[in-house]
Amino acid sequence: MLSRVADAIFWMSRYVERAENLARFIDVTINMQIDTPGQAGDQWEPLINATGDHEEFKERYGEATARNVINFLTFDRDNPNSIVAVLRAARENARSIRETISSESWEQLNTFYHFVRDAANGDQIHKAPGDFFAEVKNRSHLLNGVTDGTMSHGEGWHFLNMGRLLERADKTSRILDVKYFTLLPRVEDVGSPIDYLQWSAVLRSVSGFETYRKRYHGIDVEQIVEFLILDRDFPRAIKYCLIHADESLHEISGSLTGTFVNPAEQCLGRLRAELAYRDVRSIINQGLHEFVDSLQTQLNQLGDAIFGTFIDPQPV
Amino acid sequence: MSGALSFSGYEPDDFYDEFFAEAGKPRDVVRTLVERIDGLPPGDLQNRQQAIERALMQMGITFAVYGDQQGAEKIFPFDIVPRIVSAIEWSHIEAGLKQRIEALNLFIDDIYHDQNILKDGVVPRNLLEDAASYRPECHGLNPPRGVWCHITGTDLIRDADGGIYVLEDNLRCPSGVSYVLQNRQLMKRSFPQVFAEMQVRPVIDYPIRLYETLRSLSPDVSDPKVVVLTPGICNSAYYEHSFLAQQMGVELVEGHDLAVRDGFVFMRTTRGYQRVHVIYRRIDDDFIDPLCFREDSVLGVPGLMDAYRNGRVALANAPGTGVADDKVIYAFVPEMIRYYLDREPILPNVPTYVCQREDDRKYVLEKLDKLVVKAANESGGYGMLIGPHATQEQRDEFGAKIRENPRNYIAQPTLSLSRVPTVVDDHFEGRHVDLRPYILYGDDLWVLPGGLTRVALRKGSLVVNSSQGGGSKDTWVIASTQSQLQTQAETQAQVQLQSQTQEAGQA
Repeated sequence: MLSRVADAIFWMSRYVERAENLARFIDVTINMQIDTPGQAGDQWEPLINATGDHEEFKERYGEATARNVINFLTFDRDNPNSIVAVLRAARENARSIRETISSESWEQLNTFYHFVRDAANGDQIHKAPGDFFAEVKNRSHLLNGVTDGTMSHGEGWHFLNMGRLLERADKTSRILDVKYFTLLPRVEDVGSPIDYLQWSAVLRSVSGFETYRKRYHGIDVEQIVEFLILDRDFPRAIKYCLIHADESLHEISGSLTGTFVNPAEQCLGRLRAELAYRDVRSIINQGLHEFVDSLQTQLNQLGDAIFGTFIDPQPV
Repeated sequence: MSGALSFSGYEPDDFYDEFFAEAGKPRDVVRTLVERIDGLPPGDLQNRQQAIERALMQMGITFAVYGDQQGAEKIFPFDIVPRIVSAIEWSHIEAGLKQRIEALNLFIDDIYHDQNILKDGVVPRNLLEDAASYRPECHGLNPPRGVWCHITGTDLIRDADGGIYVLEDNLRCPSGVSYVLQNRQLMKRSFPQVFAEMQVRPVIDYPIRLYETLRSLSPDVSDPKVVVLTPGICNSAYYEHSFLAQQMGVELVEGHDLAVRDGFVFMRTTRGYQRVHVIYRRIDDDFIDPLCFREDSVLGVPGLMDAYRNGRVALANAPGTGVADDKVIYAFVPEMIRYYLDREPILPNVPTYVCQREDDRKYVLEKLDKLVVKAANESGGYGMLIGPHATQEQRDEFGAKIRENPRNYIAQPTLSLSRVPTVVDDHFEGRHVDLRPYILYGDDLWVLPGGLTRVALRKGSLVVNSSQGGGSKDTWVIASTQSQLQTQAETQAQVQLQSQTQEAGQA
């Protein structure tokens, strides 16, 4: 597979996953505001922090009202991490590899982009924002389903799968980090009804509420952290994402799992091994924020290693 | 708004109309379709047209609207009423095209070798050597089996007299065939029964034929690596490049994906460098190799021409082929046919005045208000003067250009292009069309039955180019025998089905 094509397919799926996660973050924040009128404090400001564009937002929008944050994170074409901007980037990548992805996937992504772009022109979404963000999530699921069901699961698909899972691992860690930071400084909140609602909302934002309840029943912060970081089976848990990204990586190079033949495999293998032998206690003791920080640094190094290994290879 | 679109009241006016010999009298070849459309419930045809436009938007067959910050995009206009060509007329066109391409290919091979046609004075030497697309670097090149122009799109028009004429040859990178295939796919969804009833010949096996043509360029390799080389996503024909690569199942590469090492061409993959044997390049000669042609080109591959010259990679079309697109060279194609094939041209040229000839020039300068003047090396409707529609100032400007550089201009009478009924709001109006069939030249010559019908959507306009308000229509060629209704793939599939039946019978 052409290096340029592998790069485009990897980023196409990363950007689509990013769009879906943005919709999830916004949707859950809207619900939280509804459930805790006047009590939850400002939920919108931390959302901006989670996406990492705080200064730009302050400069251009000022106050973190629902409308401002939704506009900034959804429709602002000048914010490179808004839903419309990442979908546009996904589509531009897809357009450069139309011959590689299936026509069905391309058409799905194309209409997905047009759907969001058209919504930007009206005021309708502020009247029923929940419907809109649910639709964004659904279209992302539809695209994933169409792609998995129509594209050969060869090298190209494995690049796609890896992009999707690494982006998801990054986003799950971010939402966990931000919520932990917002919720736990207020010691008096622990165990109160608000706390329960807020942590349920975190689980719901990754569609993990039901699975979590089946496994653990009660809402307990430590168990939630365990579930979102260390669960092997839940598809938005960080460990799940890294295990399956690692499998795709080994499919691409053809080497055995548990061994490495290039820096990307070395990097991801190390990360996977670390998670395999961590327990939640040690993460909490280390400090969740410190843990997430180090995880994100390693994910960035992995991204660089993938680029260096496959996309920008040295002459042979 | 959704009244019934009907042909009653449709006026062919004083033009040759592809549908109606006179008002209310459909030609035999279109009768079935005319009756079908007239029998549709009110609003039905408009709904189908809109469904097609939605599908085009969904498929992303669009171009960006320049200057629109919101990222607005438009589809290429498509009209639902097809152009229809009878079996008899098509066999005439097909024979004429094969003859013309055969002669043009012999001409290109000749001018890059012995130049007999120049020595015998049939084509003036200076006309050739002054052609902007003539490539002296290509002298002595020997493409496999002597074929230079593997893919050609020839523009045909029908004049008021009903005759088919060749308007121009496109031997460089003719585009538009992807629209032929997509238009057909959409029309089949809209009129499924009509296709069978009217016996329309399929076009769907073009990508298979194209792949076989390309593969034949690397005869010594059993499974050659074929790629499509595109200038990139910003090129206006990018959609077509990716579509053809996808349909053929080959890689779409950009210049920087390729590299020449030790005299061979490789592409950069996730597993290192992989050898490439055949390149269907959609980049003009000027840009394919900065070491050989334009050194400022960033689209091409340094060293590509050396690899080509040494027979280590095949290029389609061969470099140097574009010389035949020169509009002055065009004027000599009928002479080439007589010279190389010793036959009379089956498809005539549009009468053409070559401004380098003194008599012609004098005539052209006197009749600028009647003629169409074209620069020798322009395309896409640029560098053109349509005398009757131009202002005196524009005519004076072109007159000065012709006097200054007569070699660079030709003139033709203003043609009265034939018309096809086209949906305009809630009724049909005649709009002028041309036709670009596609010809493949691999092991033998093959003409795609149909081609791109381009239509000038502006009332009265004769310019069909998409950059100037043109749209497209599907082109239906009617079959004369049953076998013409089958594609190559279907023929093969049937053979397979048969053998399975026999096995089942024996068991």
